[in-house]
Amino acid sequence: MMKQLFPIRHVMGYLASLVLSAAALIVIYGDLSKGANMAVLLVTAIIQASLQLFVFMHIGESADTKKELYINIAYALFVGLVTIYGTLYIFVWGWYA
Amino acid sequence: MDLEKFKVHGEPLIYGAMISIALATIGILVGLTYFKKWGYLWREWLTTVDHKKIGVMYILAALLMLFRGGVDAMMMRLQTAAPEMKFLDAQHYNEVFTTHGLIMILFMAMPFIIGLMNVIVPLQIGARDVAFPRLNAVSFWLFFFGAMLLNISFVIGGSPDAGWSAYFPLASLEFSPTVGNNYYSLALQISGIGTLITGVNFIVTILKMRAPGMKLMKMPMFTWSVLITNVIIVFAFPVLTVALALMMFDRLFGSQFFTMANGGMDMLWANLFWVWGHPEVYIVILPAFGIYSEIIATFSKKNLYGYTSMVFSMLIISLLSFLVWAHHFYTMGQGAMVNSFFSITTMAIAVPTGVKIFNWLFTLRKGRITFTTPMLYTLAFIPIFTIGGVTGVMLAMASADYQYHNTMFLVAHFHYVLIPGAVFAVIAGFHYWFPKVFGFRLNERLGKHSFWWIVISFNVTFFPLFFLGLMGMTRRMYTYSEESGFGPLNMLSFAGAVGLAIGFVLLVYNIYWSTRYMPRDTTSDPWDGRTLEWATHSPMPVYNFAVVPKVTTMDAFWNAKQNKTPLFEDKITKIHMPSNTGKPFILGVIFFFLGFFLVFSMWIPAIVAGVGVLIMLAAMSFDRDHGYYISVDEVMATEKKLMRGETV
Repeated sequence: MMKQLFPIRHVMGYLASLVLSAAALIVIYGDLSKGANMAVLLVTAIIQASLQLFVFMHIGESADTKKELYINIAYALFVGLVTIYGTLYIFVWGWYA
Repeated sequence: MDLEKFKVHGEPLIYGAMISIALATIGILVGLTYFKKWGYLWREWLTTVDHKKIGVMYILAALLMLFRGGVDAMMMRLQTAAPEMKFLDAQHYNEVFTTHGLIMILFMAMPFIIGLMNVIVPLQIGARDVAFPRLNAVSFWLFFFGAMLLNISFVIGGSPDAGWSAYFPLASLEFSPTVGNNYYSLALQISGIGTLITGVNFIVTILKMRAPGMKLMKMPMFTWSVLITNVIIVFAFPVLTVALALMMFDRLFGSQFFTMANGGMDMLWANLFWVWGHPEVYIVILPAFGIYSEIIATFSKKNLYGYTSMVFSMLIISLLSFLVWAHHFYTMGQGAMVNSFFSITTMAIAVPTGVKIFNWLFTLRKGRITFTTPMLYTLAFIPIFTIGGVTGVMLAMASADYQYHNTMFLVAHFHYVLIPGAVFAVIAGFHYWFPKVFGFRLNERLGKHSFWWIVISFNVTFFPLFFLGLMGMTRRMYTYSEESGFGPLNMLSFAGAVGLAIGFVLLVYNIYWSTRYMPRDTTSDPWDGRTLEWATHSPMPVYNFAVVPKVTTMDAFWNAKQNKTPLFEDKITKIHMPSNTGKPFILGVIFFFLGFFLVFSMWIPAIVAGVGVLIMLAAMSFDRDHGYYISVDEVMATEKKLMRGETV
């Protein structure tokens, strides 16, 4: 009974994402090289993103909405990348010098 | 605690506003008690999850905000009507133009459009409600209390005064030490969460709840535009959420994201604001395009010309809308290469928009056109919006923009885009769908009178601003000298503003007059409509459709009428409906207090309210209410009554 009611999967997912966020702090408080810092960020970010997608956003379920899901993710990636690289383009690479 | 910071000093106008707010509140409370309407209000409106009622509340709130923002506009036009006017002081003028912009975009245009989509989209796709009716109520109450929070700023503590775009460093604690911009960050945040939830809700509704047979490419154009709009909402609003949160941290907790010292970057605010702000323009304009498409097709008695190209041009606009934001700050200091890039993407948007304009013109061609009030607004929209579009392309040229930037030319341009593009559309949609919701039409004669007042006065108000801008008058200046020569054109513009006010008063009078005297529409199809919302009774029963329609073609209702094919073939079965709940309303009230306490940095009450929010969220998550069923007998009885023309 308790097993059915308690959303163990989601609680574990939530705890895991907290741990991953805390682990990323090593970049600020630790004393690693730049390359190691980037590696830490990349690995925690990828695990974090897949955790969100699989545990909370049910990307693995319901085959009939696969197309919509992937279009949505592609669009989100597009908007996110445009925002980040556009900002860098405006303020760093393309800044009047 | 220091009571001094709650007070707003000086102006007799502000004391007048305080007194009128107090009197209106007392009047409403006394009226509700006297007519014993408290129970009715709670049962029928505050706790409702019905998409039609939520839509009506959105539209009512939007109309109220239209008048609040309209009064702001009148005050600005009066202050600038003649040189050296003493009607408002500089600070008060700053507050008025800031709240005018915020209210008109976020608390008038957005809720009006969301209100229309709430009422119409489930009907157009043959659904009984939206996918998440309770979340829909949460959306509304968060929007509503966010709007209220911004509105009380005028009399408690002072309004935001750094422009609707609240650029840093002006909006920082250092240069705007009053609570005004705290209100900005919190009121927008609360209503923004509501909008984000609406976005999710409507995407799911449109993708999952269409009547059987209604393929994506058979959807009515308004539903298409709403789908694309909500996709933009879901991807653009998180940027605003983050930017507002950073702003709140800067102003309340002393972080340094947008400051000029300690590694902060003031320009990043402008950047993030417009990453959201430009798609926001399309969030208010795309549904308007959808409304116009419905109206043009209906009153030309033709199906929409170039359906597929309409859909694809909206998709392209939605993608391009994320690629143009830097055109709002060409003069900020980025290099020529960056400006050229954003110039080109901006001009590219004119292409799909032009495709839509031509499609509407081709729909009109050889149509049997009837000039009803909604149609008049639509026809006026096409040339006026084109002027707005053409001046937009002028502004899009980065090198020329150094001349126009932040002048009245820009002000004229965006009013020429937003008023025909959004305001005319929602008024047209309001006239068009009014009989659907209330069962009678608005008076056509009064409607046309107010149309001519609004359209002519609009041009008288805003066309002179193009010339004022070219003469060198910058926006947001609260007065000017006589030698500048700005006087006569500003006076003309003020005369236009008075005409606009008359037009809007006529519009409201029309609602009052029609409610009292217009005959009931017995056909349920007063305009000879084409899409499914006209296939059910007006006003529609709570379950919308007794039987879910079966769709085979585009413009399903029109085809059913023409070919005498039945839309409703199934037998009536029991209908599953969501039950009402008061929790979204209570959540909204608590959010209002949370926002208010944070604005004034009252930490202990803010923490209490924050815990209250969490408790409400938990209570809503663990709520096990699976709704109720309407039995077949009850549906039959309701349908019989509706057939006889009785109201239920």
